[in-house]
Parts: sequence; structure tokens; C-alpha cells
Amino acid sequence: MDISRSLSALLLAAIALLTPAGAAELSIVTGSVGNDLKDTRALLAEFQQKTGNTVDIVTMPSSSSDQFAQFRLRLAARDADIDVYQTDIIWAPQLATHFVDLSPYVKDMASDEFKAILASQTVDGRLAALPMFADAPALYYRKDLLDKYGKDVPKTWAGMATTAKAIMDGERKAGNSKIWGFVFQGASYEGLTCNALEWIASQGGGHIVEPDGTVSVDNPKAEKAIERAKSWIGTIAPPGVLAYQEEESRGVWQSGNAVFMRNWPYAYALGNGEDSPIKGKFDATPLPAGEGEQPAGALGGWALAVSKYSRHPKEAIELAVFLTSAYAQKYRALKSSRLPTLRSLYDDREIAERQPIIPRWKKVLENAVARPTAATGAKYNEVSSDFWTAVHNTLSGEGSADANLELLKAQLLDLRGGGW
Amino acid sequence: MADAIAERSALARFVRRRGAAAILFLAPMVIVLAAVAAWPLARTIWFGFTDASLDNLPAAKFVGLRNYFHVLTLESGRHYFSGLLVDPVWWCSVWNTVKFAAISVFFETVFGTIVALVLNAEFPGRGIVRAAVLVPWAVPTIVSAKMWAWMLNDQFGILNDLLMRLGALSHPVAWAASPDTALAAVLIVDIWKSTPFMALLILAGLQMLPADIYEAARVDGVHSVKVFWKITLPLIRPAMLVAVIFRTLDALRVFDLIYVLTPDNAQTQSMSVFARQNLFYFDKFAYGSAASTLLFLVIALVTIGFIRLGHLNAESER
Amino acid sequence: MSVPRPIRTAAFYLLVAGIVVESVFPFYYAVTTSFKSGQAIFRVDYWPSSFSLDNYAAVLGAGHFARNILNSLIVAVATVALSLALGVTASFALARIRFRGRRMLLFTILSVSMFPQIAVLAGLFEMVSAFRLYNSLLSLVLSYLIFTLPFTVWVLTAFMRDLPRGIEEAAIMDGASPFVIVTRIFMPMLWPAMVTTGLLAFIAAWNEFLFALTFISTDARRTVPVAIALLSGASSFEVPWGRIMAASVIVTVPLIALVLVFQRRIVTGLTAGGVKG
Repeated sequence: MDISRSLSALLLAAIALLTPAGAAELSIVTGSVGNDLKDTRALLAEFQQKTGNTVDIVTMPSSSSDQFAQFRLRLAARDADIDVYQTDIIWAPQLATHFVDLSPYVKDMASDEFKAILASQTVDGRLAALPMFADAPALYYRKDLLDKYGKDVPKTWAGMATTAKAIMDGERKAGNSKIWGFVFQGASYEGLTCNALEWIASQGGGHIVEPDGTVSVDNPKAEKAIERAKSWIGTIAPPGVLAYQEEESRGVWQSGNAVFMRNWPYAYALGNGEDSPIKGKFDATPLPAGEGEQPAGALGGWALAVSKYSRHPKEAIELAVFLTSAYAQKYRALKSSRLPTLRSLYDDREIAERQPIIPRWKKVLENAVARPTAATGAKYNEVSSDFWTAVHNTLSGEGSADANLELLKAQLLDLRGGGW
Repeated sequence: MADAIAERSALARFVRRRGAAAILFLAPMVIVLAAVAAWPLARTIWFGFTDASLDNLPAAKFVGLRNYFHVLTLESGRHYFSGLLVDPVWWCSVWNTVKFAAISVFFETVFGTIVALVLNAEFPGRGIVRAAVLVPWAVPTIVSAKMWAWMLNDQFGILNDLLMRLGALSHPVAWAASPDTALAAVLIVDIWKSTPFMALLILAGLQMLPADIYEAARVDGVHSVKVFWKITLPLIRPAMLVAVIFRTLDALRVFDLIYVLTPDNAQTQSMSVFARQNLFYFDKFAYGSAASTLLFLVIALVTIGFIRLGHLNAESER
Repeated sequence: MSVPRPIRTAAFYLLVAGIVVESVFPFYYAVTTSFKSGQAIFRVDYWPSSFSLDNYAAVLGAGHFARNILNSLIVAVATVALSLALGVTASFALARIRFRGRRMLLFTILSVSMFPQIAVLAGLFEMVSAFRLYNSLLSLVLSYLIFTLPFTVWVLTAFMRDLPRGIEEAAIMDGASPFVIVTRIFMPMLWPAMVTTGLLAFIAAWNEFLFALTFISTDARRTVPVAIALLSGASSFEVPWGRIMAASVIVTVPLIALVLVFQRRIVTGLTAGGVKG
């Protein structure tokens, strides 16, 4: 008898310990955003001192796709134990229904924010997340090689290809057998969606899915843009580029084996590192465009969202506002050269002095295009996955752009169903 | 006589009470299992036939077999098939899982048999060896994945260091990250971790063998290798088969090892990883549920297959 | 028998040594790594070279790891207690009372333990969020019953069948109720079996990963496997191997101790679950 009694006593004790307890502190989920965690910790310490609220950082898996899955899980379960989420700007629209509308809290800063970034976080007139820092790609080029062959910095894709070919042929003749003209991100993953969207948008081919929800990707200009990219493979770009992500292309570029590279700002600081063979030999410029078109770099970055299910919405909003304030953005810009989302900071003298690349990126950011996240909402991940598959198939010679885009359109229409 | 009657009625009362007691005793367990296992499984299967989305499960609508198979007609009149049954990514993960299960169970059986034979021999220090063999089994899967991830590390890993010292490698290999070796890395860890389980079950089979057969074989001067193939192996086959079934079913649902050791690697994406990705990462809760259902079916079929095999074996021996 | 005896013996002991090294080395290496600090970690050493408790202090001092261990303990103990409580009575009925559909029921229960966890994940997630159990340890205890309960019932039934009928019949004659028979007569005799199944259920619950990863959201409520899997460094480019190894050693040593102490029991439990199944 005492066995069953002790068992049930144990059970009761266990159950008492098991029932969810009310948390008196805030929790913020930050992705693994590299060295930014250190900045966030320093800023959080300031916030805790100022407001008396404690903030706990919840760690996440390192894989970005799994981070997103974890966010989605917590929100779908209406988890009240997480207050603030740090989201990739492409995620916010997919998760928007779970977030507090932050538009009342951005008012005085709204005019200072980059429009495209603010727009990417706005879903159905509600601001899903406060922009924290931005990211936008550029065309990196070898100053020394362009000078050697007397070429100008290209403004068009055609110009880029000709220059790349000319320099590559010249260098190969001179004995540098490893050199290639252009490297980019061609592996089948989100990065290819960014690259291909840039080709299409800068050549008048639209944005895959337009803001009103129309599937626009199956058009002659988009076809031409992708066929053009296909013509690079094996001529100016190494065949292996079909498996390159950011780091692989930077590897080729930084060892001095590419004339041009498409990449994010982080490659700038690394390329100028002490042991870099190309230190001081390169520069960056906005991506090329089609004849008479505007360049378009894919917009990236991170933002902070406040969960609807938070037990302490007031304090959580306060925290999100603090971590995205001009003060915090300047701190991040100075410490880890993160691009601010506030335009006025690009004129800040201290930033210009200590991180000279930041003011120069303003133009790149102004030309940035958002991925069709707002239009496709919860289905963006699949839209993107279908899109990069179609592009990757075309680049690797499985079907023409014409055929693949027709199929893509049908898949997207099917996916859209009655509406995004 | 009166005693006997009293006894009988006590027994009858008891039997009646026992019937009631059986229900009473079984009910809690059955209810709990129905709630935590049967009901969720039924829901998963149901979700596989709907358009459920993680954000709004109650709004799920029945869509028939759409998640499994479905035909699309393009404007140009071309047909396009979609759905799980024609999804190359799904079939790739099925193939990965089957390959993983087959290779790992094969090696675990071979090594497990060797270890079991060693442990079955009489020699000083056997207790220590048996304890040592149990260590990998006692290490939690996640911990063994991390331990091996460290040993397989491309820059600081001891395995690369060892193989390069021995001259087997000329340059370090990124075991877990490189597509060519990712599956091998997962296999190494799984075989290391699960061989003890195999060995224990096979050892139990060995210990039930009658000693007199061996005595007879020894007297007849039969070569020990022949003894193994002709006597030992057939006799421990039932125990082995049970171990193989358990391990195969385990290997077919592999998840944590791959999640920790080789995340995001297409070469090691298993069925469980595929299902979870669709459930939570893509907005394809229904599709992921359909994949989970298929995985369940695969495992059920394998189980039935093994049971059949066991029966046939048992009958052919009779 | 052409190979001379000494060579055969030497070969045998070589094989034995190989098996021992192969089994123990990874854990040994984790232990030596966990005692290294700073840059020493990145040097490959085959023998223990330094002894520093920095990693252990870092793991237990900062963050939630001590709390994670407590969580794992609570979940595993509660799971074992529930499975045994439900399992003992159920297995009495399955082993000692004849009723129609008994075999069928037994097989259904066994088949539940074959369920791939992923197959119930979608349905369980729906249930867990509907009952507001998300991010609670209770969600884990309930979901772990899926694999611990069928196993417990199965093994206990096998043990219970082998118990002598005589004592039970005597008790029946004395007019004892079935409940009294189970708790007073069977439980004492079942202790060994309960320790074995309890131990195996404990290990299974202690090691579980998928449900813990899915149903728990904050660091403070995580169980040990998830905490170790997601242990991160100051930056995403740096993996804190020293601390991961220290954490691994902390959670594995008690388990290895348990397994070695209860070696025989565990082997009987596994074979009862396996061979008799």
C-alpha cells in the first residue's frame, strides 16, 4: 500500500512542479546573428538598468531555416513565454498575424526609415516589426584589374559580362589559369532567389509576384534575364557556381580569383582584412542593370517584433523600441559596421569616421528591392523554393527559361489558390 | 462439503469481480494510450487529407488525396503532377533513410555478433569488457552526436589527425559538412551507438544455446568456423531477427542524430527530417502530415514483413 | 586448428582490446576535452594533458544548465512513476485475467511502441497547444508515455506471467480483492522487474529529443538534450566545444553509473522486451 501511496505523492509533487508558472521577466529570441549577440547583450544590460525589467535571451538552432521553424511553432502555439522576436525581414510578413501592430511606436522615426524596409515590414497596414539593421548586396570589382585593362566600372549586365570576359581572357593568357570573371550565389537556396530577383527586377522583368498578388514571373524580360545568367555559366562564371553560397563565392573572390563578385557588405570588411590577398585592391558599387533600367539589390536585414501573446506587452514594446532606436543602431554601426535603417545615421560624422563604408552604402540601400514576401504572406518560403528551383534548373541546363517559368507560373498559381 | 461450496462461491464471486477488475485495471492505461498515441495519430492522418496550416489548424478543410497526388494542366496543355507520391525530394529522403537503415543495421549485426561471441567466451576480465561495451549504449544520442561531431571536426578533430598520421588522408576532411561524407559520418556514430544493443540481444540468444551440442561438435573435431556457421548462427537467428527488427524500425525513424550532426544536408535528409521541415518550416502542415502518415505506413509494412518472415522461418525449420 | 594456440590467444586479446578502446574512446576523449581550457582545446592530444574545471564552472554557473538538469530529472521521474502506476495494474489484468481480445490488446499496445514519433507529432502539437500545455514540462511527461507505457506494460506482463499462481490462489481464498492482490502480493514480487523497466523508461525519457525540441520554447524549461544541442557560443562562428563536452560529461556520467550498477537488470529487461516479444 505504501508503494502506491508514495507513487501518488511523487506524482502530485511532480505535477505541482510541472504546471506552467507565470514569468515575471521578458524573453527575447535572437537568431544566431554572429557577433551581434555581444552588441545585443551590452544593449540589454543598459535596458535592464534603465527600466528594471530583466531580459532573458533564448538561444536558437544555428540553421536559419530551423530558427524560422522554431519561431513559427512558438507563435502557432500562442506561447506567452516569449515576448520579443528578432526576425529576418523576409519572415515578418509570414508571421505578422501573431505580432503586435507597432506603427504607433515608429511615428517620429517613420520619415527617417528607408521606405522599402518599412514597407517590407508592413502587412495589411500594420507594422509587424521594427527594423533593426539592414543588408543590401553590391557588385564588388577589382580596381587594379580594371585599371590594368583600362576598363570603366560597368553599369549594365552586358557591360559587366564583356569586361569580365576581356579581363579573364587577358589574365588567362598571362598565365593565371584560375581566374574567373564573375562569381555569385547559384546554389539552390534562398540566396539564389535574391540573385535571380536582382537580375529580373533590374531588367524590367518584375518581382516574381507583384504587390497586388499577380504572378508576373512568366514574362519575356524575365526569361531573357535568366537566359543571360545562364550564358555566364562556364564562360565568365565557374561551373561550380551552381553550388556556391555566400562563403564559397567569397572564397574564390578573396583568394584573388574573380574580377567581379555579387555579395553582401560583410565581404567588404573581410576582404580588407590583414591577411587578405586582395586588400586595398577592390571596391564596391551598386549592382548592374539592364539598358536604361535601375539597378536592384535584394533587401535584407533584421527587425524586432513583439508577440501578441506576451504577458508584458508594454515592457516588450519598450524593449523593441529601445533596441531599434537611433541610439542602438548607431551603437551597432560603430561596433560591427551594421547598416542602420535610419537615413540620418548615414550623415553621422562619427560613423563616417569610424566606419567609412556605411555612408557609401546609402545609395545601394535606396535602390534595394524587397522579395515578394508581403504579397505572398505565409506561402513565401514555398514561393521562394519553387522560384529558386526553376532558376537553378535553367542555369544547369534542365529545360529552357521559357519552359521552366511557365511551369513555375502554374505552380505559383496553384499555390495561390483563392488568394495568397 | 459446505467448505467446498463456500470455496466455489468465493471463487465465482472472485471471477466476476476479476472481470470487473480487469476492465478497471486496464481502463486508465488504455485511456492514456488512446489520448496520447491513438488520437494524435488519427489527427495526423486526418491532417494529411486536408489543407491545414500551422497557424490555423481548426480551419482545416478536407481536400482528398491532393497532398499525395494531384494533376495540374498548364496553359500550353502540358500536364504537371504534384503531390508527395511524385515529389523527388520526398523520394530522395526515403532513399536516404532506407540506405541509412540498411547499412547501419547490417554493420551493427556483424559487429554485434562479434562482440556477443567475445562476451560469450570465458576469459579473465570479461566483466570489465562487458561494462565497457555498454558505455556507448548509455551515452544519450544527442551527446554521442556532439562527441562525434567534435571528433569528426575538420580542423581540430582527432579522426583527421589520426588518419593523417597514419597516412590514410593527405588533407583534412570535413566529415559532417561535405556531401560525400555526411552519410558516412552519421553511419559511424549510429553504428558506434547501437552495436551494444545488438550485442546484448544476440548474447542473450547465445546463452540460451545448449552446451551439449558444442560438446558433441568438439568431440567430432568440427572446425570452429564451421561450428559457427552450421550450429551457432542458425540457433541464434531468432534472437538476431528480433534485434534486427528493433534496430531497423529505429533506424527508419532516425531524427536527432541527423538534426545535430548534419543539419541542412540534402544527402542525409531522412523521412522524419523531411516531414518536420514541411510541418513547421514550410507553410505545409498538411503535406508534412501526409509525409508522417506515409512514414507510419512504411514502418507498419516493414513490421508486418518482418513478422511474416519470422513465421516463414519458423515454419521452414519445423 | 592449424593456428598455434598462443597466436590465437593473442589475436583474441587484441580483438578484446580493440572492442574496449572503440567503445570507450569517444567518451574518454570527451572527458579529456572537457578538462581543457582556452587554446588547449584546439590541440589534438591522445592523453590527458591539462586539468582545468573552467568549462564545468562556465556550464553550471551561467545560463540555465543546472535548471535543465532538474527539468530532465522531473520529467523522467514523473514519466517513470506514471508508466509504472498505469503499467502494473494493466499488466496484472493482461497476465492474470482471461478475457476476450487479450492477445489483440497486447499486440496493439506493442505496436504503439513502434510508432515513429514524427507520426504523432502533428496531432500532439495540436493537442498540446489546445490544452495550453505548450512550454510546460507536463507536455513532455504526457508525450513520453507514448513510448514508455507500452514498453512497461509489455515487460511487466511478461514478468507477471512467470510468477507462481499458488500465492495468488491462497489470497483469493482469503477473500482478498484484486486490488489488494496486486498491491500486497504482486508488487513486492515485482520489484526487480519494476526497477528494470523503470530504469529503461527513465533512460528513454532522459534522452528524448524531438518532442522536447518541439514543445518547449524557453531556455529555462528545456531538458538536457535540447540544451546541449543548442548550447551556443558568443558568436555563431564559434562553437563552445569545451562547454559542450563538459555538459555532455555531466549528463552522461550518472547514466553510465546507473547502467553499470544495474547491468544485469538492464540486460534482462532488454531481452524480456525483445526476445519474448
